[in-house]
Amino acid sequence: MTFLNTLINASYYVLSAAVSLILIRNIVKTRDAQEAVLYCIILMPFLLRVFHIK
Amino acid sequence: MNNRSLFIVKIVAFTLMLVAIVWAGIEFYNHRNFTETVVLGDGVSTVKKLSDYYPGLKDSVNDCNIYIFEGKEPGGTLMVIGGSHPEEPAANLTAELLVETAEVEVGRLIVAIRANRSASTVTRPGDAYPLYYTIPTPWGEKQYRMGDRWTNPLDAWPDPEVYVHYPSKQMLAYMDIRNFNRTWPGYANGTLTERTNFAFMELVRAENVDVFIDLHEAELEYPVISTIVAHQKGTNVAAMTSMMLNATEFKIGMEYSPKSLHGLSHREVGDHSQAVSYLLETPEPLLDRVRGITDEHLLLTGKDPFVQKAGEYGLLYEKIDDDGWPIDVRVGRHASTVLELAQSWSDLNPDRSIRVSNVPRYAEVIENGIGFYFANPANVPSQRLAYE
Repeated sequence: MTFLNTLINASYYVLSAAVSLILIRNIVKTRDAQEAVLYCIILMPFLLRVFHIK
Repeated sequence: MNNRSLFIVKIVAFTLMLVAIVWAGIEFYNHRNFTETVVLGDGVSTVKKLSDYYPGLKDSVNDCNIYIFEGKEPGGTLMVIGGSHPEEPAANLTAELLVETAEVEVGRLIVAIRANRSASTVTRPGDAYPLYYTIPTPWGEKQYRMGDRWTNPLDAWPDPEVYVHYPSKQMLAYMDIRNFNRTWPGYANGTLTERTNFAFMELVRAENVDVFIDLHEAELEYPVISTIVAHQKGTNVAAMTSMMLNATEFKIGMEYSPKSLHGLSHREVGDHSQAVSYLLETPEPLLDRVRGITDEHLLLTGKDPFVQKAGEYGLLYEKIDDDGWPIDVRVGRHASTVLELAQSWSDLNPDRSIRVSNVPRYAEVIENGIGFYFANPANVPSQRLAYE
């Protein structure tokens, strides 16, 4: 049980990091300014999670 | 929009995002790592760690301090825990009041101030909770972490779809797998919260605790309020305590712990150990869903016009007026109830008597304020300080 929890916990952090990278890539690639701002806002909770801050 | 303008918008948005993250991140980090200083009163004999009873918690965020008071004469053992739900500050403040003032004449007293320490390292920004609160003392202000009901997701994440309680297999709300008062009696191979409960159960069994008291606060919209919830083993003591307090200090009820509702301390500690378990509730308007501005002022004064209006319409289970429910009143209620439970227990169990002295009661706490009883850490030798 503890091992599974640790594994799932770690994989969620990996997922958060992956989503963060995709969002950063989208910020760079998008041609729409509104989308770029939106991606920046969405990125915040993912980065706080990845850095174990919130 | 041309490429140059788009580039500028992206740079500005990204920079603003980074500023927001750093700003908020520093606040969150400082709150998570904020330490509260506790001055050990003359009655404290030893300070142990929870991991002394279950090494599986060693060096974890929930390896909290366990304060032990040895009495001058042998007798029974009383255990009091605060901080099960760190959004209920009267609980940890009462536990700290005991640590700083209590002296034990007969028996032993064991206190935990921050039973679920992890839950005190996070708040609910979505509900506009303040990060800290301060208690005025004769030597300045003493600051505390405001916490949440649940273990910090940074320490236990993600939650299951459905939380299956151990060992009853009762299905509970998913997030309550991080609720310290839904995971009793704990599970050695479980999540951080379940392991913390398991460690406390090991402590209760190892120290042969007779009376176990879990301190809480409740919203006025909730029917279990201003009451002692008692395991069936201890209803006589709770009833006598309720009668005595109603006759001498304030109104307080007494309720039976439901046998089929699992995970709560008043049920599981009594079921899985020799101890008689009780849970105390005082009113805390900050927890009410109908409240207005949610800030430190509301937390400490318990004054809210919206909760008061709900009371005028008869929607609450406890009265509220212009005086609100100040923190001193709430701590005073807990202090008197703990002392009266110990007294009633001793009257009915003279061979396992517990006598605690020097702790201020309801009227004294209201008159002087809770901060009056907290000593200045600057005037105390470092070996008489503990950190939460």
